[in-house]
Amino acid sequence: MRHVQKEVVGAAASPAPRERLVVIGNGMAPGRALERLFEAAPESFAVTIFNAEPRVNYDRVMLSPVLSGERTFAEIIIHGDGWYIDHGVTLYKGHRVVAIDRQAKTATSEHGVVAPYDKLIIATGSTPIVIPVPGSTLAGVLSYRDLDDVNAMLLAAQSRGRAVVIGGGLLGLEAATGLKERGMEVSVVHLMPTLMERQLDPPSSFLLREAIEARGVKVYANANTQEILGTDPIPGPSRVRGVRLDDGTVLPADLVVMAVGIRPSAALARDAGLAVNRGIVVGPDMRTSDPDIFALGECAEAHGQCFGLVAPLYDMAGVVAAQLAGDAKAVFNPSATATKLKVTGIDLFSAGDFADGEDRDEIVLRDAARGVYRRLVVKGDHLTGLVLYGDVSHGAWLFDLLKRGADISGVRETMMFGPGAQGCASHDPAAAALPDDAEICGCNGVRKGRIVEAIVAGSTSLESVRAHTKASASCGSCSGLVEQVIRLTIGDAYKPAAVQPVCGCTDLSHDDIRRLIVAKRLKSIPAVMQALEWKTSCGCAKCRPALNYYLLAAWPGEYEDDGQSRFINERVHANIQKDGTYSVVPRMWGGVTNAAELRAIADVVDKFAIPMVKVTGGQRIDLLGVRKEQLPEVWAELNAAGLISGAAYGKALRTVKTCVGSEWCRFGTQDSTGLGIRLEKFLWGSWTPAKVKLAVSGCPRNCAEATCKDVGVVCVDSGYDIVFAGAAGLDIKGAEALCHADTEAETIAIIAALIELYRQQGRYLERIYKWAKRVGVKEIKAQVVDDVAKRRALADRFVFSQQFAQKDPWAERVAGKDAHEFAPLADLAVA
Amino acid sequence: MTQATTAAWIDIGALDLIPRRGARVVRLSQACLAVFRTADDRAFALEDRCPHRGGPLSQGIVHGTSVACPLHGWVVSLATGEAEGADEGRARTFPLRVEGGRILVDISQLAGRRTLQRAS
Repeated sequence: MRHVQKEVVGAAASPAPRERLVVIGNGMAPGRALERLFEAAPESFAVTIFNAEPRVNYDRVMLSPVLSGERTFAEIIIHGDGWYIDHGVTLYKGHRVVAIDRQAKTATSEHGVVAPYDKLIIATGSTPIVIPVPGSTLAGVLSYRDLDDVNAMLLAAQSRGRAVVIGGGLLGLEAATGLKERGMEVSVVHLMPTLMERQLDPPSSFLLREAIEARGVKVYANANTQEILGTDPIPGPSRVRGVRLDDGTVLPADLVVMAVGIRPSAALARDAGLAVNRGIVVGPDMRTSDPDIFALGECAEAHGQCFGLVAPLYDMAGVVAAQLAGDAKAVFNPSATATKLKVTGIDLFSAGDFADGEDRDEIVLRDAARGVYRRLVVKGDHLTGLVLYGDVSHGAWLFDLLKRGADISGVRETMMFGPGAQGCASHDPAAAALPDDAEICGCNGVRKGRIVEAIVAGSTSLESVRAHTKASASCGSCSGLVEQVIRLTIGDAYKPAAVQPVCGCTDLSHDDIRRLIVAKRLKSIPAVMQALEWKTSCGCAKCRPALNYYLLAAWPGEYEDDGQSRFINERVHANIQKDGTYSVVPRMWGGVTNAAELRAIADVVDKFAIPMVKVTGGQRIDLLGVRKEQLPEVWAELNAAGLISGAAYGKALRTVKTCVGSEWCRFGTQDSTGLGIRLEKFLWGSWTPAKVKLAVSGCPRNCAEATCKDVGVVCVDSGYDIVFAGAAGLDIKGAEALCHADTEAETIAIIAALIELYRQQGRYLERIYKWAKRVGVKEIKAQVVDDVAKRRALADRFVFSQQFAQKDPWAERVAGKDAHEFAPLADLAVA
Repeated sequence: MTQATTAAWIDIGALDLIPRRGARVVRLSQACLAVFRTADDRAFALEDRCPHRGGPLSQGIVHGTSVACPLHGWVVSLATGEAEGADEGRARTFPLRVEGGRILVDISQLAGRRTLQRAS
């Protein structure tokens, strides 16, 4: 009101006055519109954004991976603070706009900021629908919409209690599996008979339900929520305790997530007198009933329809940007949209209209063993709908046929098998068959032509294309396609990022495999080889031991160790020698022994005529020249004296070397021997990427040589200096300081956390010093020293794994395990 | 070498006694045989002696129809006994067949020969 006059005065002063653009809402759609606007008409607008959420623009589509723990919030930010600064955008975080004055052309925030505009974009998004049953406002009842909801769910998941998700659609299922990943017991309550009924047909919905249930999520279909039950309000504020269905079933719950749908947030526009139906009514040019005001995103209603998937919203954003930049011809035409479920390990893709009909034919492929289902719905010579489950690799190509309304009469028989089956002479990759306007990246609406442009302009790596076009920058599932486009465009000049594959059986790196084992929940070597498309039938001597270790580390207690994938020493728990005999090294805790143990060892040496007895560098005794078939008997005798395997053969905890410390030494400051023994008793049995040797010295004179070990402790008057990443083998390297600990308990906890982090990050056969060099000493310190919660989680995880690992392998074999290893199949020499 | 030998098939045991992707040893008077079973239940017999430094092939990791020697990692073909990759050398192979779940090996070539040595 008052601003109008100020306006007139200010405008005359500047030679090229920038128009003022105010944006209400800072979601993905307005973010995209501004990107496009700044490309098309840089410098033409001074932009002010009001964001009701107290943060920058992030990729809402990727909230589910944040919930499940596969991504962090930082990884899904689209525009960091720097972007707003670079483009001179004023961003009000945590400001909800409460009024639009169309006469005065201003928007006013709840904190009283009044922003005058020449053009206004309303992008207020949508509000989750809360079903109006009793108890829907109880504490512990959440919706699933933004980062705050995710954070609230994560907080609730810490109690590892029970969650009920109401709604078996896309968001509900993503929330359910995410909460399950976070350790909750989860049930899904769905009103309809089949899950995701709007995107899936019944057969694929059935496969999906099976996959969801296989993850331990219970599914209640045809289930109508009648009431949300609360705790007794008398002792304290009532919070949710369960959900009652209309058939009387009560599902106990500490958390209820409602994911039953969204409603456009149009109240602000309605109050401003704009035409509002279900959403804010816009014309094909995205303008509302006031031509200076655009509506964009989930709050807008175009062609009588509201939209919730990102692709059409990005199309709208492009139109708004074009209109603002002066292209009056730009119009929004909703095209078919495709849906993908972002639950890692469940691949489904659906698009178009796939309902049955008299005039429609369907083409179906099922491969039950592989869990593959594909259904194409054809009307006349056109593809109208598709559902892919299990193998979605041809989704982009088929979806392109559908969107273009292509005549499919020539490919009808073969299109099910993708572009590779289209009779091309060469074995062209999928991307070659796509036209320039085919969408490669569904998340960010990037077409093939745009990617080719970027490549021609000099982006010749995946990272560079991603940075310049945003293709594959969100969910990443099109990375392979983008790489194909790069290769097609520049040919052999394309050098994919130099990842070192594990071996010739795969193109994947150690790190990729570890990540995918967890993400895809692969729990056996054959499962890994199948899912990650191994090129050989059963791997090789390089990849199998690595996979065995990675699976063991990822699924303690669940994974069944595959002895045939272990190197002989670890398979028979002794060290093979050049003549085919074995050496036997019993554990000698902290390098301390006694007469009884020595006598037992001496007796074994005599009884089995063991040719050589040697003291090792790790303060124990090595019995060399034992024949394989003697091993179980030798172990039985050693076990009888209380001696167990020293794991001198393993990628595992080896020894803890000690000096005599304060108990005997006149210089000793702490009980280094005792600490060494306690460490060894705590750590033994654990498998690690490569061998792990420790030492504890009682004073800085360092007689136990702790400063060249994988992990070392040097006792000082004030406590314990912990060092790590030393080496004294192929390489010689002094250890790095990790931290100081005041007590033995703290020392042990920190070392447990360190070793667990190494177990999780180390590549197979990579010693601690190499791992530390690769990931950085500082980063390791940050996780095991500075971040106390992380340290505790790592140490807990280590302790959890140890319950399955601390079994003496010698005793198991004395008891008969793997007996076939120790006896010939036949002995014809005596005949 | 030119003299004709008649095949001498002997039953050395059931295939099931060998773990898949594994091997077991058959001890003979002058040598040891390594008898392998692949993931797809095929069986092969080689002298238990790597052409490189005599390592016991029976103790190696079996993959596809190859075995990696436990001593220095040479990979030897179970079908031909030839070292694979850049290495050159050949382990002796023996005719083997599986009948009714039993493994039969033809050891006629071994008769009267002292060229084989025990691996361990």
